[in-house]
Amino acid sequence: MAIKKQSTGISREAYLVRDLFGKNIEQKPTRDGYGLGLVDAGKLDENIVVLCADLTESTRSLWFKEKFPERFVQIGVSEQSMAAIAAGMAMAGKVPFISSYAAFSPGRNWEQIRTTAALSDNNVKIAGAHAGVSVGPDGATHQMVEDIAIMRVLPNMIVMSPCDSVEAKKATMAGAKIVGPTYIRFAREKSPVFTTAKTPFKLGRAETFRFGDDLTIIATGPLLYEALVAAEQLSRRGIEARVLNVHTIKPLDAKAIALAAKETGAIVTVEEAQAAGGLGGAVCETVAANCPVPVERVGMPDRFGESGEPNQLLEAFGLTAPYIAMAAERVLRRKRGEKVEAILPFVAAAEDKIVEMRAAVMKEALGRAPRKWGGKKSDLSLKSRTKKLA
Amino acid sequence: MPPNLSLGPKVRNNLHLHDRKLQALEERATAIREDVIDMLVEAGSGHSAGPLGMADIFTALYFHVMVHDPKRPDWKDRDRFVLSNGHICPVQYATLAHAGYFPKAEMMTLRKLGSRLQGHPERAKLPGVENTAGPLGDGSSQAAGLAYAALLDRSPWRVYCVMSDGELGCGITWEAMLFAGRNRLYNLTFIVDRNNIQIDGTTEDIMPLEPLAAKFESFGLHVERCAGNSIRDFVTAIERAHGVSEKPTVILADTIPGYGVEFMEYDFRWHGMPPKAGGESILAIEQIRTLGGKIKSEHE
Repeated sequence: MAIKKQSTGISREAYLVRDLFGKNIEQKPTRDGYGLGLVDAGKLDENIVVLCADLTESTRSLWFKEKFPERFVQIGVSEQSMAAIAAGMAMAGKVPFISSYAAFSPGRNWEQIRTTAALSDNNVKIAGAHAGVSVGPDGATHQMVEDIAIMRVLPNMIVMSPCDSVEAKKATMAGAKIVGPTYIRFAREKSPVFTTAKTPFKLGRAETFRFGDDLTIIATGPLLYEALVAAEQLSRRGIEARVLNVHTIKPLDAKAIALAAKETGAIVTVEEAQAAGGLGGAVCETVAANCPVPVERVGMPDRFGESGEPNQLLEAFGLTAPYIAMAAERVLRRKRGEKVEAILPFVAAAEDKIVEMRAAVMKEALGRAPRKWGGKKSDLSLKSRTKKLA
Repeated sequence: MPPNLSLGPKVRNNLHLHDRKLQALEERATAIREDVIDMLVEAGSGHSAGPLGMADIFTALYFHVMVHDPKRPDWKDRDRFVLSNGHICPVQYATLAHAGYFPKAEMMTLRKLGSRLQGHPERAKLPGVENTAGPLGDGSSQAAGLAYAALLDRSPWRVYCVMSDGELGCGITWEAMLFAGRNRLYNLTFIVDRNNIQIDGTTEDIMPLEPLAAKFESFGLHVERCAGNSIRDFVTAIERAHGVSEKPTVILADTIPGYGVEFMEYDFRWHGMPPKAGGESILAIEQIRTLGGKIKSEHE
């Protein structure tokens, strides 16, 4: 019996985990994949060195340090010199990975990266941990959502944004292998591990994770999982979405994106970063130049983040499946040539949601204020004073 | 001479610290430490060591040294306080609440969705917070900018900037020192929380800073060193700083990270971790109170 080419549903060739939408899906942060990838790459290539700016444990550089202490370099809180020191090492044949939070590297040392890594075409690898809003309570200063935009405009730079810890390991290994300046972004918070070792990964190639011809959802990073959830929800309404995993934002797989535009006629982009200039920007540029179709961009809507729990924030900023589905519906109306309102419904809905969520969280917290802080509850009701073990 | 032509900061309140005032300040610092623990546990994340170590200095600044008015946070002649190492904001928030900048109940909301008490402080979100901070090193330059503007306008206010020792690794800090030294910003006082720890270990292990006083001196600053957990010693250092009229001053405040909580003191692992609810936080509060008792008995 001949195998019919799959037209809808999760791609069998993507080799995603079996119980993709099950409650018990494993959760790990993508930074774990960085740590594991560094150790494996370090075994394969003794020229790999890891530099870290006082964030050894949280960037997972620690795992490399424990294995190869002599090839680990502590820089201190000096991200700018870290980038240029790495360039110097690269000029002498080393393969340096610089590790910090994305807000600081490439956030702070962008010029050094531009001149000494990108313009000089030095083989420097930049690992930006804690990217996106899922850093949570640390707030806007640490929620780096501009990194994709500022890195993808640098000539020579490769930009990767892996979707889970398994892919993060593959991206780290691929980054170690390819010669040239490379940026890889990682997240702090745990997210579903939904790809497997067999899931295809090739630097620069977009992978189809789900087939469908009504529209294409192009996603990058851990929110790709939300895109798949949204596609399932849409499927129940009779809309079949194609889902592309764009782990490499630069060089962008323009061919796959142009083909998706041609075949499905509508695109939604999804990323945990500023929609302006990020993956959304990159896709719009490609589509405009090759095959113009309606595009909706789900991402940070030209605003900074704020403190909150990671899962709350994703919802409050309109980055979860229901909002992606709303964006899909709008893009389909545009595809059909229907008139749509200028206000983006998925952005407006999130703006309403965040007001509601803020009020609920504040009410709960202030309602428990102790007498010493002017509230009505006993001081002993504070979490810090209750005997129960955490 | 009309006031707008005065050549610099107005004569300050007399900073003499009599015993009763000192005792009140020490009790305030103890209460602020307790509040820091309570806030951190409610938030479930945040930094412990720095805020506890700096409670004495924050108390001294806001309740004895600075000219400010919590009822008028926008008063143009207020002293400016710049926090460079934003991660120690729980102590800033607790101090501002104690001073009356906002209701204490809001301490319940630290790091939560919708709170004015962001995980790292943001300018204009909360009365009394002058600058946004978090990424290290940016505070000293902003403080220098403020101080320069004050001198341009012949304004009477002074600028105090708290920074960490770990962030002295940031190049921008030293760019600020070049500028401050070059422009003789005598109305500017930097206070370095010299607690010898950063995230990955001790400062001298990660990237040695000593001899630190010599570094600042060579940039054209006047250097004072004080015991950062002694309010009297710190206030004395501030008095000396106010007396220097040709240079900016940096006070190297030797503090004990996690001060008051024995199991946190001197331990870099408590840099970025809150105590666990229950046994750990109860013990922390007990120890903070015992310390309060010790200080009290010393002065009785």
